[in-house]
Amino acid sequence: MPPPILDVRNLHKNFGAVTAASNINVSFAPGETVGIIGANGAGKTTFVNMITGYLKPTRGAILYRSREITGMPPRAIARLGICRSFQVSQVFVSLSVLENLLTAVAIAESPGLGMLRPLRRPELIARAEGIMERYRIAAYRDHLASDLSQGARKLLDIAMAVVGKPRILLLDEPTSGISTEEKQPLMDVVMDALRQDELTVLFIEHDMEIVERYVDRVLAFYQGEIICDAPPAEALRDPKVLEFVIGAEYQPEPGAGHA
Amino acid sequence: MSLARDRTVQGLTLALGVMLIVAALVPSWIVNQLLFGFSRAIAVLGLMVLWRTRLVSFGHALYFGLGAYTVALIERYAQVSDAFVLLAAAALLSTVVGFLIGFIVRRYRDIFFAMLNLAFSMILYGILVKTEALGSTDGFTIEAPTYAGIAFEDASQGKLALLCLLLVVGWACAVGVQAYLRSTLGRLTTAIGDNEIRVEYLGYSAEKAIHIKYVLSTFLAGLGGGFMALALGQVDPDSMVNWTASGELVFVTILSGPGSVAAPFIGSFVFEILRTYAFEWMPHAWQMIVGGTLLVIIFFVPGGLWALVARVAERLFGARAGAGPAAAGTGR
Repeated sequence: MPPPILDVRNLHKNFGAVTAASNINVSFAPGETVGIIGANGAGKTTFVNMITGYLKPTRGAILYRSREITGMPPRAIARLGICRSFQVSQVFVSLSVLENLLTAVAIAESPGLGMLRPLRRPELIARAEGIMERYRIAAYRDHLASDLSQGARKLLDIAMAVVGKPRILLLDEPTSGISTEEKQPLMDVVMDALRQDELTVLFIEHDMEIVERYVDRVLAFYQGEIICDAPPAEALRDPKVLEFVIGAEYQPEPGAGHA
Repeated sequence: MSLARDRTVQGLTLALGVMLIVAALVPSWIVNQLLFGFSRAIAVLGLMVLWRTRLVSFGHALYFGLGAYTVALIERYAQVSDAFVLLAAAALLSTVVGFLIGFIVRRYRDIFFAMLNLAFSMILYGILVKTEALGSTDGFTIEAPTYAGIAFEDASQGKLALLCLLLVVGWACAVGVQAYLRSTLGRLTTAIGDNEIRVEYLGYSAEKAIHIKYVLSTFLAGLGGGFMALALGQVDPDSMVNWTASGELVFVTILSGPGSVAAPFIGSFVFEILRTYAFEWMPHAWQMIVGGTLLVIIFFVPGGLWALVARVAERLFGARAGAGPAAAGTGR
């Protein structure tokens, strides 16, 4: 087994009296696709926020490729290769789709004095257009991000997150706010595009069909703890997961596994 | 696209040539208006750069005044009277102070950013007013400077020389800011106005980008203040450092509009003319006219005078006259 790319040890987070993460021990192998499930308030986003540096853990350590990154600022962690998308798409609404990606590409390629060079350079534009093709948003090249549909905005958000060629990508509810019919096509585009980069992908998801279809492994959160860590076929039948996470409405088909 | 082929830069260069000729032909009272207007325009250019990130400073008279007082104090106490030296010192000092204060203000946004700047400017105002050696409430008068050693006997020739220098420096500042706005860093600061979190997660420090922008604005404000001191031939705390002077800069920024680096020059000149005529017409209520004008601009041309100019140019030439991202900072 290869050494873990991300190793989380005894992670703990309190918000005053509320415990949002408690004794989390988990590690991830390179190239894994992991679904993070749990009811609202179970600590999923807190977990993602701690890994990406948005929140400092109360205790514990996060090791990325054997290097401790606990408490580093988001931009430093992003530069090391852990990027994320957001539950509510975080794009630059007053810039066009092209300019959104150009900004991301420019920062990824030349964060130092290169920042003084013009943004609209042919080589940057070529790269941005390549990414647009891959994420199927090329049709909106010159549209303002504020004019995009939810789905296209999600795609742009995710595309911007992978521009810096991360090794780990965390997607916070990539299908939230998307209609049921659109969810699967959107995830197909995302997962196809991501597969080309051989990333470790962690994504938070409420839709169990999506989870079952796309992930190798499921982490179920309940009250700040991981109550189940198993392949989807097993995890989605786990009695604790059924009781605390899924509830009664989802019944996995017998024998259905990872697609 | 290189900077030399940028339409705005070409337009500015053409305008520089025209203005150098115009300056030699117009009567001296217009020379004065141009001096005051364009001195302030350089400072306003800095505020426009901040506005592109949706930051407004109510305290940039701190740097404007710092530049002006640097000129006055060096001339008085160091007996140096060359315009080049005085202006360089003015820009340098305000940039250094801006760099240091930048470490604090870069952490704040919105009204806190605006008011923190105001607070710093009030400190300088307080120091100036209370200190006899710094001219107290009266300020100082400034002798006409030399220009690289050349002294002009005739006062109006001296003014003309200052205007030529101001035009060239103003042109250089506008071109420099245009280059900055086109750069990744410059475009990024528009992005920061939209979404700082995303900028951080892309791997860049939003605070650092704002700090750089802030220092640029303080350099421009100090330089503008230095020119204003030489143009007026005097400095005083009330018209240069007090919060009303900061307000004036913000006023002109909104009047000009954020659409182009040329906008501050048009807006500032119009402001000078407007104020002069309003004062002559209604010496005790001129603010009413000036305020009313701003209301009209905000209601009917939120893109400022520049949007008006762009609209006219579009009608005349049928092309988009470098309107650029005019909507970027209009607030809606």
